[in-house]
Amino acid sequence: MKALAFGAALALSCAAYGQDVAKEIQRYRQMVAEGSPAELFELEGEELWKKPQGPKSVSLQRCDLGEGPGVLKAAYAHLPRYFKDADRVMDLEARLVHCMVTQQGRSREDAIARLFGTADRPSELELLSIYIAGQSRGVRLEPGMSHPKEKASYELGRALYFHRVGAWDFACASCHGDEGKRIRMQELPVLYKPQYARPVMASWPAYRISTSQVITLQWRMNDCYRQMRTPEPDFGSETTVALIHFLNATAHGAPYQGPGNKR
Amino acid sequence: MRRLALLSAVLAFPAMADPTPADVQGIMQRDFHPRGQATMDRVVQDGLQRVCTETRDRPPADVAKALEADQLKTIVYPEGSLMGDWKRGEAIAQSGRGLTWNDKPGDPAGGSCYNCHELSPKELSHGTIGPSLRGFGKTRGTGPEVQRYVYGKIYNAKAYNACSQMPRLGASGTLTAAQIKDLVALLLDPASPVNE
Repeated sequence: MKALAFGAALALSCAAYGQDVAKEIQRYRQMVAEGSPAELFELEGEELWKKPQGPKSVSLQRCDLGEGPGVLKAAYAHLPRYFKDADRVMDLEARLVHCMVTQQGRSREDAIARLFGTADRPSELELLSIYIAGQSRGVRLEPGMSHPKEKASYELGRALYFHRVGAWDFACASCHGDEGKRIRMQELPVLYKPQYARPVMASWPAYRISTSQVITLQWRMNDCYRQMRTPEPDFGSETTVALIHFLNATAHGAPYQGPGNKR
Repeated sequence: MRRLALLSAVLAFPAMADPTPADVQGIMQRDFHPRGQATMDRVVQDGLQRVCTETRDRPPADVAKALEADQLKTIVYPEGSLMGDWKRGEAIAQSGRGLTWNDKPGDPAGGSCYNCHELSPKELSHGTIGPSLRGFGKTRGTGPEVQRYVYGKIYNAKAYNACSQMPRLGASGTLTAAQIKDLVALLLDPASPVNE
């Protein structure tokens, strides 16, 4: 009887411990949501946007992100989309690399030399992404869906989501396929369903609290494939852009809220 | 006129249709590059991955049966007892290392078990993609049949459920026979915290 009571008390205290942890995490999230370091990075990104760089010593201020040369308002919310000058669908990061090459005269190798930054030092593309995404706050996500290549990109993204591959046989849907699932304590959004895709896609790129890093969607695709035990996807490739296209199209209509915080 | 409409419908179809798994594979072969131990052969689907992709993980019963029989043949059972040391098994269950492009080849891999399963009640941070395995050995004992089943399931989960989301941890070369034996002990040994 005594043992039973002890067991019950232990079970209760374990449950209470779990709740406390969840409550603490919630409190911390709220705290950082009120003043995100992402705002500081937006300022740094703005400087980079306006800074003359490359052999041509010009800034990116004439870069056309789809809304016209130099127009930042709503640009992020309408990506990925088809660009006639490149004859392909691009997301923000692929487009920025395109502008670095075509306008600043930099080599592609130079433009993508440092893709993913560290805790103390975000990369150029990460800072630019945070700044540009911030100019879409309140704008509904509406990636391009009219050009045949935009439709094809969306279809490819959807096929990739369910495509089982790699040393561990995973698809995106292996983890993001059923409702109410977790990896360890991390809840997994079912990203092919609009109600789950909307809040998630409306907050990328983001500041990641656990690693003090700025993270972008290209990083997210890269690190998911790393954990799926596949080889590495090329940065800004049709594959990664198609997945981002599929996710943003699924989140269609969600007002952009970012750049946000992630755990 | 009707024939023309039909013809244009047929011609338009391939452009609008979803890309097939073979199309997707071709695009991945173009868009991915090898890094570290993650070589390009990994984007080539085997028959099982292909069927599971085509059927969204719900193959017809007869196809599933044939695939499972095929996968069963890959399992290599060591001689003697299949129960190792549950303490080492707990460490293997905790570790999520292995086979990624930034894991050093030759370093011991883990089973990533807690990522998806509840096992020891002491570990609160467990995933829920797979079923809870807490108390797994309590009702099943430690007999040779159950040892063989657990060893086989970890070695190649697809031999028991063709489109399971669980990796083929032995068949993929992630875990060694000794490591799988330690995991069998974690699940079955009466002294293991899983069976508290």
